[in-house]
Amino acid sequence: MEATTYNYKVVRQFAIMTVVWGIVGMLVGVILAAMLIWPEITYGIEWLSYGRLRPLHTNAVIFAFGGSGLFAVSYYIVQRTCQVRLWAEGLAAFTFWGWMAVIVLAAVTLPMGFTSSKEYAELEWPIDILITLVWVAYALVFFGTIAKRKTKHIYVSNWFFGAYILTIAILHIVNNMEIPIAFFGGSMLKSYSAYAGVQDAMVQWWYGHNAVGFFLTTAFLGMMYYFIPKQAGRPIYSYRLSVVHFWSLNFIYMWAGPHHLQYTALPDWAQSLGMVFSLMLLAPSWGGMMNGIMTLSGAWHKLRTDPILKFLVTALSFYGMSTFEGPMMAIKTVNALSHYTEWTIGHVHSGALGWVAMITIGSMYYLIPRLFGRESMFSTKLIEWHFWLSTIGVVLYIASMWIAGVAQGLMWRASNADGTLTYSFAQVLNTMYPFYGIRLLGGTLFLSGMLMMAYNVWRTVRIGRVVNDAAIPQAVHA
Amino acid sequence: MDSGTLSGIATVVCLATFIGIVWWAYSKDNKQRFEEDGKLPFADDDVPAK
Repeated sequence: MEATTYNYKVVRQFAIMTVVWGIVGMLVGVILAAMLIWPEITYGIEWLSYGRLRPLHTNAVIFAFGGSGLFAVSYYIVQRTCQVRLWAEGLAAFTFWGWMAVIVLAAVTLPMGFTSSKEYAELEWPIDILITLVWVAYALVFFGTIAKRKTKHIYVSNWFFGAYILTIAILHIVNNMEIPIAFFGGSMLKSYSAYAGVQDAMVQWWYGHNAVGFFLTTAFLGMMYYFIPKQAGRPIYSYRLSVVHFWSLNFIYMWAGPHHLQYTALPDWAQSLGMVFSLMLLAPSWGGMMNGIMTLSGAWHKLRTDPILKFLVTALSFYGMSTFEGPMMAIKTVNALSHYTEWTIGHVHSGALGWVAMITIGSMYYLIPRLFGRESMFSTKLIEWHFWLSTIGVVLYIASMWIAGVAQGLMWRASNADGTLTYSFAQVLNTMYPFYGIRLLGGTLFLSGMLMMAYNVWRTVRIGRVVNDAAIPQAVHA
Repeated sequence: MDSGTLSGIATVVCLATFIGIVWWAYSKDNKQRFEEDGKLPFADDDVPAK
């Protein structure tokens, strides 16, 4: 017999874990921010040293928090817009438990010092294999559900999710081609990249930038294209623009990676190519942002009273800001100043906190009541508080890092008439302290907002009921 | 064929593809269709029953 209800169980599991991992990942971030001011606060314990906690922070916020959020919304949206129950639910359950296992293994191995040393791909080869298995299962469930859809058209969000799932599979496999030294009698948990020298660097940043492009952008745009129309109560401003947005973003993103390697051993033409494609990215990025924001035209008044919509629209504004800043920083002369400075950290967090976290938080506030049989969250007032704490937190964070980064870049390059450097490294570091303090404050505010969210979710779950009977519309849609 | 010619051909192919996509998305014939497609998230009622 054909299923008459949607699978909310796996969506609910991932949605709750999104909040949990968000708090864990951001807490580690706050500890790291404090360590930059007081390096001794982890008492010199090697498992808690900066170099080991830093990849734990990035992996936790990107793959545990962001990843869980994406699993939750993609499973929800693909069912709702295809009007069928998930295909291969056993596999879907495996993606949940498998992904959680990956996160726990990361949380154990990274502090122990096991790392392949590739940024955002630090996990060692046995975990890489598990990730591959989970991802293949994810692709099967997602595309299997699309294949048995009852609607004629595949809604644009699903196109974005599809591109993300496919591309991440390719990126993960290509960048993690590595040789375990166990083959030569070494440790079971150490491997070396199959590539060498500048080729290795280029593969790494082709991966790294497209992890930003397809994990942190494309997939969250899929979220945006569903939840902004739903929360605003009107269809996307221009569906036709979303089609052009999708294809142009995907075509261009793929080539922007070399901007991470300006002024390195990478051939000059490749550096320029990366710069030009990064500049071109501005067009689809802003097209998509406008499309989302213009969806509110005629409904702007809702922004005044609806904190969920505030989250979603503010996220788009930060998306617009960071996708303007990114192309600018890819220009070689700007990059000469900005690279290796705190400016980059500010840019990343403008995207990660401002865009990714805020669109996820807004979407979760939409989703969680529906998964627990409520019309809204336990407290709308708390969502409002969360919104303002996050916004002020992000602004403090990125403004302090802009100032710190530009100052740092200018001080590093300053030279005296005889060619010697004007400032020593320690002098530059000393200048950073006030800004590190402001950054710590901003991050702490953002984390406090997440704790409010956890409380709000907890109360919503307690007064709600577990929804397993969300009905699939039975009318046949042309 | 040298790499210059190859990249020239690739550029033309990519440009033509892009123009093709824009033309397809914005052609009059598809206006109605895409407007309908955009309403897909509203085809069902997702406010939970108590």
